[in-house]
Amino acid sequence: MSDTYTLYNNTVMDHFMNPRNMGDIKDADGIGEVGAAACGDIMKISLKIRDGKIEDARFKTFGCGSAIASSSMATELIKGRTVDEALSFSNQEVVDALGGLPPVKIHCSVLAEEALKAALEDYLKKHPELATQACKSEVVAA
Amino acid sequence: MRSVYFDHQSSTPVLPEVFEAMKPYFTEAYGNPSSLHQHGLRVREALKRARQQMAALINGDSEEEIFFTSDGTESANLAIKGVAYANERKGKHLVISATEHPSVMNSVEFLEKQGWTCTRIPVNAEGILQPEEVQKAMTPQTVLVAVHHVNHDIGAIQPVKEIGRLCGEAGVPFYVDCESSAGWLPVDVKQFGAALVSFSPHRFYGPKGVGVLYRNKRARLVSIIHGGVQEGGRRAGTENVPGIVGGGVAAEIALREMASRSEHVTRLQKRLWSGLKSKITFLKLNGPEPGPYRAPQNINISTEFIEGEGQLLSLDLSGIAVASGSSCVSKSLKISHVLAAIGLDHALAQGNIIMTLGKDNTEEDVDYVVEEFARIVARLRAMSPMWDEFERGVIDSVIAPTGRGTSFSEHAAKVSGKPAH
Ligand code: FES
Repeated sequence: MSDTYTLYNNTVMDHFMNPRNMGDIKDADGIGEVGAAACGDIMKISLKIRDGKIEDARFKTFGCGSAIASSSMATELIKGRTVDEALSFSNQEVVDALGGLPPVKIHCSVLAEEALKAALEDYLKKHPELATQACKSEVVAA
Repeated sequence: MRSVYFDHQSSTPVLPEVFEAMKPYFTEAYGNPSSLHQHGLRVREALKRARQQMAALINGDSEEEIFFTSDGTESANLAIKGVAYANERKGKHLVISATEHPSVMNSVEFLEKQGWTCTRIPVNAEGILQPEEVQKAMTPQTVLVAVHHVNHDIGAIQPVKEIGRLCGEAGVPFYVDCESSAGWLPVDVKQFGAALVSFSPHRFYGPKGVGVLYRNKRARLVSIIHGGVQEGGRRAGTENVPGIVGGGVAAEIALREMASRSEHVTRLQKRLWSGLKSKITFLKLNGPEPGPYRAPQNINISTEFIEGEGQLLSLDLSGIAVASGSSCVSKSLKISHVLAAIGLDHALAQGNIIMTLGKDNTEEDVDYVVEEFARIVARLRAMSPMWDEFERGVIDSVIAPTGRGTSFSEHAAKVSGKPAH
């Protein structure tokens, strides 16, 4: 449909209409749920972690199209990463992978970063022995 | 795919008759109405006719009371600032409702920075204000009362006749924004006791780019756009002749067809609301029930546990055009101030969708929208953590409380209590 106009680019629309990794994980190892101060939306990310690696990631989002797309993309990106790697995940990665978001919608990708980090913190709280020097600051800040 | 346009509050298509009437004014009758030759006089005559058509739509007495502007926003700016500046010596107090259109709200805010004060009259949960509150708010310094006829978001009809009577008794000019009612509901400047009334033809099958401000001669008004002496010196700048001509024809047709159009959308509005509420759970109608206190074109709903932009985008992909007052849809990331003024819970304001009907919509359109919307709501709810948490008894519904779990707002505050961006 060449004469269809969209608010977001095709990648964002695809992740909005066909979100990857939507849902919850039974017996998740870490769950993070955060709200956006800007608009009042809520995002939840659940992680399955084995041997320090993110095996599975799922999301649920109460938010706009770009928030749904951001959480879909963020869960795609972090699967397979180690906990340490994931702790330095940034929303910019989501924005880039989505091929850009409108300026007013950048905070939606920040929500994805925050939900992921909250899930990792939740995991590290249950496994204090894994909280390495590198990520200690994150845990303390929480 | 079916294409359904349910956003007539934003704009409407131009009627073929209107478009035909406009055409000669682009290519043949291109004169400037201020010119004194044949070309100018010809279009001046056309503007006069359009003024008569506009006056007739609102039961105005003469074409001299009609000023053309560029749109509803400019009309509101002229009405508010033009009256305020003209009466600066008398007083610097204004009274408006809490649910005016942003063009009114922001014009008033602009004046407040320059030393004017304003009383904003609250509305009840259905969006309607008490006329006595307006009376109480007026002081000897009050130079203008501004209350819309029909609310642009929730379709609530204000008791403008009563307010107009009270303003008349107090000798304060009354400005009625009729942008969401003119062409659909009877607007009568005399019955309303209105000194000023604004409306825009693009809301009733006329072109964009033209707004109308009616001003009763007794109300003092100064220009806020400076230049030549067009529009009786109240609005400088060359008139949008084709737009005005088209707008006039649209007004004439709207007056003639008002009863049938309004009857048609009233029927569709009932069908739409009853269809939606029978198919979708946890749905709230914002504003009065369809009936005497609600404009017949408007349905404003909140779908609990999901956000409005996702609903709007999904509907658009199904060929259905709607609007939303959710914060995610607005560029300011704020929920509609109308929804805030009726005290709507933030969770419900986030799930807001506005559907506005038109004369060409059909029952099949309504049924299609109900079906698609139900499917979309189910899909988005499956993606929403709030729906899941509601089902697990973690949070409660605002629309139909079960007594289990905390409120959405408490929950949201808890989860966003983290250091936010
Ligand atoms: S999450 Fe609210 S605007 Fe994107």
